[in-house]
Amino acid sequence: MPANYAIIAEDVYKHFGDVKALDGVSIAAETGKVLGLLGPNGAGKTTLVRILTTLLKPDRGQTQVGGLDVLRQKQQVREIIGLAGQNTAIDEILTGRENLEMVSRLYHMPRPAAKRRAQELLEQFALTDAADRPAKTYSGGMRRRLDLAASIVARPSILFLDEPTTGLDPRTRIAMWDTIRSLVSDGATLLLTTQYLEEADELADKIVVIDHGKVIAEGTADELKANMAADFIDITVANPHETDKAVQLLQPLSDESPQADEGRGHISLAVGSGAQSIAEVVRLLDAEAVAIAELNLRRPSLNDVFLSITGEEIVEEEAKPKRRGFGRRRSA
Amino acid sequence: MTQQTASAAISPVISQSSALQRFVWNFTDTFVVMRRNLYAYQRQPELLVFATIQPVIFLLLFTYVFGGAIRFSTGGDYINFLLPGIIIQTILFASANTTVGLSVDLSKGIIDRFRSLPMSRAAVLAGRTSADTLRGAFTVLIMIVAGYIIGFRFEDWGSGIMGLLLAVAFGYAVTWISATIGLFVKDPEAAQVAGFIWLFPLTFASSIFVPTATMTEEWLRIFAENQPVSVVANTVRDLMTGTVNPDEIALSLLWIAGIVAVFLPMAVWRYARVASR
Ligand SMILES: Nc1ncnc2c1ncn2[C@@H]1O[C@H](COP(=O)(O)OP(=O)(O)OP(=O)(O)O)[C@@H](O)[C@H]1O
Ligand SMILES: [Mg+2]
Repeated sequence: MPANYAIIAEDVYKHFGDVKALDGVSIAAETGKVLGLLGPNGAGKTTLVRILTTLLKPDRGQTQVGGLDVLRQKQQVREIIGLAGQNTAIDEILTGRENLEMVSRLYHMPRPAAKRRAQELLEQFALTDAADRPAKTYSGGMRRRLDLAASIVARPSILFLDEPTTGLDPRTRIAMWDTIRSLVSDGATLLLTTQYLEEADELADKIVVIDHGKVIAEGTADELKANMAADFIDITVANPHETDKAVQLLQPLSDESPQADEGRGHISLAVGSGAQSIAEVVRLLDAEAVAIAELNLRRPSLNDVFLSITGEEIVEEEAKPKRRGFGRRRSA
Repeated sequence: MTQQTASAAISPVISQSSALQRFVWNFTDTFVVMRRNLYAYQRQPELLVFATIQPVIFLLLFTYVFGGAIRFSTGGDYINFLLPGIIIQTILFASANTTVGLSVDLSKGIIDRFRSLPMSRAAVLAGRTSADTLRGAFTVLIMIVAGYIIGFRFEDWGSGIMGLLLAVAFGYAVTWISATIGLFVKDPEAAQVAGFIWLFPLTFASSIFVPTATMTEEWLRIFAENQPVSVVANTVRDLMTGTVNPDEIALSLLWIAGIVAVFLPMAVWRYARVASR
């Protein structure tokens, strides 16, 4: 195995009864880079993170973190990693400050250092006002921040964040992205899981897409998109009744059949070169007097990538409202 | 660039630990977790109040309701017979908190935090058992005060205090049984029942409330005379009423050591398994 990978999983299996949570997954995160683990509900993301952070034993497979064998050198692995799991791991009864001090002490920092570190983190994560309130009074966003703060108490060189922004409002999510970017800016390795395509796109240097316990694609966001080898033109016709007519007209421009949503008058067209085709679209529709309400050219999103691989649309929540409710698209 | 140099560049606060350090951490980590559990008790004062009132009510009920009837069979002041017994009973029942507390901890996210830290594996459990032991000791103090108000007297303070310490030590041993149970019964609701149920036969089929000689069923009497709760209760009672019997003390200490020797490793083993489903 190459030495410049901080996180390595090779052919990892974990079955829960009949459920194949992980069915032969291999991933590798380059030291100092952000690896995004992208997948829908139940894909096996959390299971993999729990295995890599010593919380769960795999049925089979090799796992290395920071050059250490995760199964055989648990305790040493725990000294170099930080984990913010999917469910926040904070003590409800303790205050935010006490939580951070306790974690610092359990990393065996002397008491004054623990106090200082807690104060630092409270400031860094904008929790000073609530520092001395029991954590059970915290909002969802504050809990996430406290949990994230707890995970970096010992300035880990390898960080695992399992869906760090799930359940946060869009503004808080973007603030969280900045925080995460700053955490890895000084060279830490990050494994980040997410259901949000936009999030993987924003934060990850490399993306691994998993589904049903298997890796189904990997590469940089651009590489994944490049495999689609196409641009998309999204058209909204002014009169939804004309959707069918428009589809007929536009058909010759694309190798794939256009995706249409007649209720809304949306058509999505995969084309070889967007810049050329867009003029064609306008000409064709104009010639038959089909009025266009909206016209957009876009590079394929990760959702298109996911769709083309699995034939299923990723469940998207508030991350990408602009394409909500869009019709299904299947590539042949 | 190798991994080592890459990690070093980020200057981690911690470095890889030695065996001696890890041994010391068993104790320091336990202390940190114990403090966290004591905070929890301190922040739920209702819990502490009721945990204190309940044994005092027992004490008053038994003294005044049964006292008259039982006096004849104990051949002396019933309060002197009863208080040491009630203290053991209180300590036994307090240990049920360990079962509940642990199963609650296991159902919460914080346990994942503990398990992903380079802390001592036993500390989560030992921090729980020691906090519950301290809480039990606090209740014992209240009982002594209540006992003094209704007429209990130490024959000798020195042996009396030895008796109390022995009772607390027994309580500590029993919390490890409770911890083991808590780790087998993960559901907090079920733990509520499981934590208590095994304590009833041990408490009542013992010399805590009545002398075992009054039990008419032969098998019951033999069990009641020899089970650890009676052995320890008798020793504590003797010490609190001024009798120092080295053999009896040795047997009690043996039971205490034996219980810890069996259940501490069992709990730690179980914790590792439960925690990594
Ligand atoms: N302890 C368990 N017992 C039984 N099944 C489990 C257990 N943990 C996970 N699973 C199952 O394994 C599969 C993968 O779960 P996992 O939590 O890893 O998915 P995920 O990708 O994190 O999903 P999500 O995005 O919803 O968090 C799911 O079908 C889940 O029900
Ligand atoms: Mg998950």
